[in-house]
Amino acid sequence: MTCGGFRVRYGDDERLFDTHWPVVGLLILSAALSVVPLVASTYWLDVLNRIGIAIIGAIGLNILIGFTGQISIGHAAFLAVGAYSTAVLEAHLGLPFYLAIPAAALVTAIFGLLFGLPSLRLKGLYLAIATLAAHFIITYAIIHWEGMSGGVLGLLVPTPSLFGLALDADARIYYVIFACVFPAALFGKNLFRTKVGRAFIAIRDRDVAAQVIGVSLLQYKLLAFSISSFYAGIAGGLMAHHSRILFPDAFTLLVAIDYLAMIIIGGLGSILGAIFGAIFMTLLPEILKLAATSLSGVYPQSFGLIASSRDVIFGLAIITFLIFEPEGLARIWSRLRMYWKLWPYAY
Amino acid sequence: MTDHLVFMLQLLITGIAVGSVYALMALGFVLIFKASSVVNFGPGELVLFGAYVSWAAILQMHFPLYIAFPLTLITSIALGLIIERGVLRPLIGEPIISVIMVTFGVASVIRGVLNMVWGSDTRPFPALFSSEPFHLGPVPVSPVHLWSFVIALLLLGTFSVFFKYSLTGMAMRATADNQQVALSLGISVKGIFALSWGIATVVSTLGGIILGSVRGGVDFSLADLGLKVFPVVILGGLDSILGAIVGGVLIGVLENLSGGYLDPVFGGGVKEVAPFVILVLILMVRPYGLFGKGEIERV
Repeated sequence: MTCGGFRVRYGDDERLFDTHWPVVGLLILSAALSVVPLVASTYWLDVLNRIGIAIIGAIGLNILIGFTGQISIGHAAFLAVGAYSTAVLEAHLGLPFYLAIPAAALVTAIFGLLFGLPSLRLKGLYLAIATLAAHFIITYAIIHWEGMSGGVLGLLVPTPSLFGLALDADARIYYVIFACVFPAALFGKNLFRTKVGRAFIAIRDRDVAAQVIGVSLLQYKLLAFSISSFYAGIAGGLMAHHSRILFPDAFTLLVAIDYLAMIIIGGLGSILGAIFGAIFMTLLPEILKLAATSLSGVYPQSFGLIASSRDVIFGLAIITFLIFEPEGLARIWSRLRMYWKLWPYAY
Repeated sequence: MTDHLVFMLQLLITGIAVGSVYALMALGFVLIFKASSVVNFGPGELVLFGAYVSWAAILQMHFPLYIAFPLTLITSIALGLIIERGVLRPLIGEPIISVIMVTFGVASVIRGVLNMVWGSDTRPFPALFSSEPFHLGPVPVSPVHLWSFVIALLLLGTFSVFFKYSLTGMAMRATADNQQVALSLGISVKGIFALSWGIATVVSTLGGIILGSVRGGVDFSLADLGLKVFPVVILGGLDSILGAIVGGVLIGVLENLSGGYLDPVFGGGVKEVAPFVILVLILMVRPYGLFGKGEIERV
């Protein structure tokens, strides 16, 4: 029985997973997830789908903020670009969804590149404000380019089909979404074993020092924005198929803040953290809703109160995590793992 | 005078009036940033808080104005102190993303609490100034607009004098300049942080009261206006009080003019996005704004 990490070769240090257990866990998890649609109700399937989409988006944002240190408040706008490009490519050009989503993600990546340009001159706070402006400009363009996006009236997304099978039910879209979640997470995890990922981390830790040791800031900052937006594009494309009709309202600034909260609560600079955060932030309103419905029998007025308490609890969660556990759920998880690993000889 | 000119002057005057409210919000923002380098991403919620509390004090509890106003101001000072003491002080020295996120969190809590207490319906706001417009030449001017401009100017004057001559004001400037030196001279830096939040919430509350009476009602869309603070402070310079006032009025005028002239071209809503286009342009050309200190760290 091992009771600690024994890394005797560089290869051990660079492995994707420390032990075999995460791999076994992943296999069990994917097996479990693949039978979920057979047993889950439509409601929980819908929640799971949204969790899957949020995971992809959050990993993308964490690559940009948590790993590369470039603050972006424009993630909702990139999701919108991905979603609308997918819908437009399918509705106007008749592309099948498995081509449209990657193509839309590429379009989003180009947008990300474009709006990442200010990061070459600005950093920290100024970059945050610049991406905030990008959010308003992109959403304005989407609302007012009515010929393309349908404006506030919404845009109907064609039903995708695979080998003649119409993916028109939550259960079928579910497989598409989770077929994207696993590669997205593994790619993200693997990215930071590569030269590119290490360059991102170097830029986050000290950009000037990174430049000095030969990391091209121009190249890698723009690459970080593109990769992050590519993820957002995939998430947006899936979102388009999950909701089947797109409204600009689905991509407000609050959505961007939700995604920021996911990676803060989950843990900055951790793929697992992004996943935890996405699950937490998607489940939070659902649990509140459940609490409200179960309590409304006893206290009839409580429904409205609990429903509107979402903002309060959301804000308090952010504040509490930032003050007491800045490294988020991922840190709590690794502490738990450590505890069980060493149990019963904790010292 | 031609109709065209009257139209333009009207846009100009509305712009100045709206801009002076932006200036008040920006003033609160700049005060906090100057003293503690904290960027408040929820300035709109502070405005919202002021508007709702004053609405509740006047129309729900039926206090006379001379009690309602001080009550509102005291409540907002308390809010500022609670935010500073409870949330931002533990985060001193944390990375900027944490500070940004925590102000989003605070904004969310304020919005949620207001929603829980008073609901999300639009509340009629008492008309504090007469709404009978008078004519300045051929251009009709509403007294509310005039008053908001006058109040903004008065506050600018007060704060300029306060920062220039009062001991506290000088301590605040010293803290903004160099915290360690200020500390070694016996200035309570934490006290200054708290004070700056207190003043900022008061100023935002005044902005909320003015906005409420300009619009004749308060609802949650007031908070969206808060984000207009960013174009204002970037234009004026993040750490300049004069910049906040000038930037506020300029952005107010620019958004009204662009709204008036470009709406027919782009199909409406230009007013909402024009300030942010201006923001991006300024960031590209002159990131420290008109009056800010030119010591931005470049990569």
